[in-house]
Amino acid sequence: MPATFTRHPVEIERKDTGIGGKPPLDRRPTGGGGDGDNWDNRPHGRRGPRELLTRYRLGVLFALAGDLMFFVALVSAFFVRQSAGHFDARENYVSDWHPLAVPPILWINTAILILSSLTMEMARRQLFREIDVMDEWLGLGRPAVKRAAPWLIATFILGSLFLAGQWIAWEQLVQQGFYFNSPDPSSHFFYLITGVHGVHLLLGVFALAAALGAMFVLRRIELRQIVVDCTAWYWHTMGIFWIFLFGLLTFFQ
Amino acid sequence: MKLRLFTTRHRALGNLYLLLSLAAVAIGTLLSLVMRIHRVWPDTPLPFYGLLNPEDYLALVTMHGTLMIFFVLTIAPQIAFASLVLPEQIGARSMAFPRLNAIAFWIAAAALLVLLAAFFVPKGAPISGWTSYPPLSAIPAAGPGEAAGMDLWLASIGLFCLSSWLAAVNMLATILGERRAGMTWSRLPMTVWAWLVTSILTLLVFAVLLAAIVLLFSDRHFGSSFFIPAGDLVNGRIVGRGDGSPLLWLHLFWFFGHPEVYIAVLPGMGLVTSLFANFARRRVPGYRLMAAMLVAIGLLGLVVWGHHMFVSGMNPYAGTAFAVTTMAIAVPSTVEVLGWLSMLWDGGLRGGGSRFPTPMLFALGFLSFFIAGGLTGPILAQPALDSYLHNTFFVVAHFHMVMAMAGCFSIFAGIYYWFPLMTGRLMNETLGKLHFWLSIIGAWGTFFPMHFSGLAGEPRHYERLTGPATSFSGIVANERGITSAALFLAAAQLIFLWNIFVGARRGRIAPPNPWQATTLEWAPESAYAPINRGPYEYEIAVNEMNFYPQWESASKQE
Amino acid sequence: MPLEALCIAQSHLWLPPNGSLHGLAVDRLMRWNLIAICVCCLAAHIWLIAAMLRRRRREQTGSTALRWTLLTALCAMYLWMAVTAQHLWAQSRYAGPSLEAMQVEVVGEQFQWYFRYPGPDAAFGSTRPNLVDATAGNPLGLDSRDARGQDDVVSSVLVLPAGRQVDLRLRSIDVIHGFFVPGMRLKENTVPGLVLHVHFTPATPGTYPILCSQVCGLGHERMQAILSVVSPAEFEAWLAAREHVRTGQRDTTGAPVQ
Repeated sequence: MPATFTRHPVEIERKDTGIGGKPPLDRRPTGGGGDGDNWDNRPHGRRGPRELLTRYRLGVLFALAGDLMFFVALVSAFFVRQSAGHFDARENYVSDWHPLAVPPILWINTAILILSSLTMEMARRQLFREIDVMDEWLGLGRPAVKRAAPWLIATFILGSLFLAGQWIAWEQLVQQGFYFNSPDPSSHFFYLITGVHGVHLLLGVFALAAALGAMFVLRRIELRQIVVDCTAWYWHTMGIFWIFLFGLLTFFQ
Repeated sequence: MKLRLFTTRHRALGNLYLLLSLAAVAIGTLLSLVMRIHRVWPDTPLPFYGLLNPEDYLALVTMHGTLMIFFVLTIAPQIAFASLVLPEQIGARSMAFPRLNAIAFWIAAAALLVLLAAFFVPKGAPISGWTSYPPLSAIPAAGPGEAAGMDLWLASIGLFCLSSWLAAVNMLATILGERRAGMTWSRLPMTVWAWLVTSILTLLVFAVLLAAIVLLFSDRHFGSSFFIPAGDLVNGRIVGRGDGSPLLWLHLFWFFGHPEVYIAVLPGMGLVTSLFANFARRRVPGYRLMAAMLVAIGLLGLVVWGHHMFVSGMNPYAGTAFAVTTMAIAVPSTVEVLGWLSMLWDGGLRGGGSRFPTPMLFALGFLSFFIAGGLTGPILAQPALDSYLHNTFFVVAHFHMVMAMAGCFSIFAGIYYWFPLMTGRLMNETLGKLHFWLSIIGAWGTFFPMHFSGLAGEPRHYERLTGPATSFSGIVANERGITSAALFLAAAQLIFLWNIFVGARRGRIAPPNPWQATTLEWAPESAYAPINRGPYEYEIAVNEMNFYPQWESASKQE
Repeated sequence: MPLEALCIAQSHLWLPPNGSLHGLAVDRLMRWNLIAICVCCLAAHIWLIAAMLRRRRREQTGSTALRWTLLTALCAMYLWMAVTAQHLWAQSRYAGPSLEAMQVEVVGEQFQWYFRYPGPDAAFGSTRPNLVDATAGNPLGLDSRDARGQDDVVSSVLVLPAGRQVDLRLRSIDVIHGFFVPGMRLKENTVPGLVLHVHFTPATPGTYPILCSQVCGLGHERMQAILSVVSPAEFEAWLAAREHVRTGQRDTTGAPVQ
């Protein structure tokens, strides 16, 4: 069953009217759900319309938690490295950390990524609109897909723009003489952090492409919702990570 | 037992994971036997190989530790057994993401192959220990095996981190999202609690190891200086180009490394609780306390990593802080041990038929090693004493007893216990008991004398005692005794292998619930009702054979 | 009472004879800890075996009170262990060396220990890694332009006078090594890029092995040296003989000119 919001409780009992006979059942065609956490009367194997979605969301949550720890480790290495130094020949404590000015294009990239999160969220919400789900269930075409696809494409374009912008930032740095393959730690960290995030975002872009494809290929709307929903949460998380990493590189050098 | 190669069925994957661990433990044991033989006869050439060089010995140590800790003790008690029985134990049909489980397995298998390939590259396997401290591990010229061999080690462990991450995501999503109706938190078997805690730990710490590996790889190949200090001079060349800190690796690695050892031992603790309840035919007294202690051990395990670094150049105040947290971990562990001992005492194991089938014996063995190995922990937790015992054989004895032997005995217990689920047959009891007694004698004989070598000051990673270290003359006899016991212990495992492979084909067909257990993995296929019983309802009032399996509904009269 | 007599530390604990001042307390603590855990281990195993042999009773005996008592007692034991050890740790590590402590530098290198004495000026000369050349007699890379290094004495044997506190300055040239003197109950890693300090007082004359306790490469087990604790007079003689050799002249590579 598709995962939709049903704000009205579904009546599954028929009330006795007192004049004989019983009124018709109020069967909502949207598939219902919303019977709360009714442990006692659940059919085996199904917890309700959002079961599969919840499961996949849970998986994405845990996967991203592990990913968060990965970035936390890199960031703590950043801070340790930043504060490292040694005593030179004249007993002065010197540090080889030379703050790196981030290429200004990174600001534009950040704005693009935030915008892409907005478009991604729009795409996600289009797929959960109750009316569209109902229309599809009734066989009236695939309006949800029609609404969501442009937003997905927009996100894909914005994501690719972001990655292109990151590449441009790298080229600008190389022109200024800052390489990945360098002993200068702030230079190396810049490439490492943006590179690792970039790889994650590239995977996100692939996921977007897959989601776009899935929208036209998958037959069950529930699965389409799941693909787009999980991609959306991944995308938002990468956006949030980027905001922190960008803040780190720009303001904590 | 048919095995489709790319199966996603959780039982089959559990079997595959166990086979992977079996391969790893066989190789790891072989390496350790070569090490032990070399220590007693250092100048005797090995058949097919010749004389063992010092770097070969160090490569053996490194690979032995890596294989055993990662591929045996992280895989078998956790994802292997969980794949086998976790879905059933919580009343689910399958894991949350079966295909993810399969992908995780194949990545782990690839990681094993990559690791073993390190033996065959020029200059051989790495020599920096399973902890691979830089700058030794960061500079290819620092030693034989630190070039291609070290890169393969890093690649293998990196792949393993990915595999563990996927497996942990799967286990957590299963435990949190796939429980059957009525399977509330206080009705979970203790094994599931243990897997919950270890999955969270795995998720948190393997990512940090992966980050550390990425940084080390960068130091090795991209000229960075995360771990290599300025002016570091190795083999006549100055390789340190920036202010790297070797201590950073130690912090990152041990932040992973200490929870890793709890990941190795916690599932065994959960399993042993289950087995004691099953075979002593008693409920678990203080079930919530025991579960809470598992959680406490897991959480505390995240803040004690500095006790591996007391003498590594840390601030002494940090040493005190870590000593306090480490000593604190002794408390939940003690609660668990006292809980087990009182379960056994109240159980009154004699009377009413033999209650010592092989799984129970191995659970008792686990308890013995957990107590003995665990008690040397508080000694090592004190920096004043650890500053003598660090990196001596005392530490080797400690972690082999509390992690390796307890962990392996819990794996044995699980295999003997769940063999009917894996193959539909029972393993041979007589061989099992023989395996147990020979193993426990061999294990005590191997690792208990190491305490004395350690107290005498014998350091780790010495391929032989030369020079002033020959002042350790008193422990040479120790070495011979340990080697004999190790050979004995390894030989005893052949009985186990025979039992598995013969039992899988010709063992006695197992009745439906051969151990008369209450947990759901033993439920008949048709039992799908919601759960309303606790996991260990073994009764004593009427008849000690009475018990209420978790899949039977509680009637209104009770 | 001579200091040596205080340190007749045949502890009969499989530990090598103790030659340091703080080692007495360490050995005592070690002894009590080992006794405590042996008692606990034995008691637990007796309980375990007795439980295996026990006949089943009708009701559960409700040994909750016993469990909590034992838990409290064991927690008290852990607390005692932590506090006593913390006391020793604070004594030896929190406070720095005394102002009269003798400075000696310990340098670890694959696969050799070097020891450097600062000489009459009590100052160590600076070293540079690009000047390290053991074959030319400058294994530590002493910089000839630094006057303080002219009188430094480099030795491959660590000789110390009994009864005087010594502050060791631990350095490493290449990888992490472990400076371990079992007879002095002393261990600290030498970490490249860091200068670590640890101080102790050798009390009993004798020779004590120095071992490397952190795997550092293929020569790890051969990276050993000797600590020789002698009487103050002998030490003075030994050092004076070494200092006499130093003419204070160095050539351009930093190696001493004899």
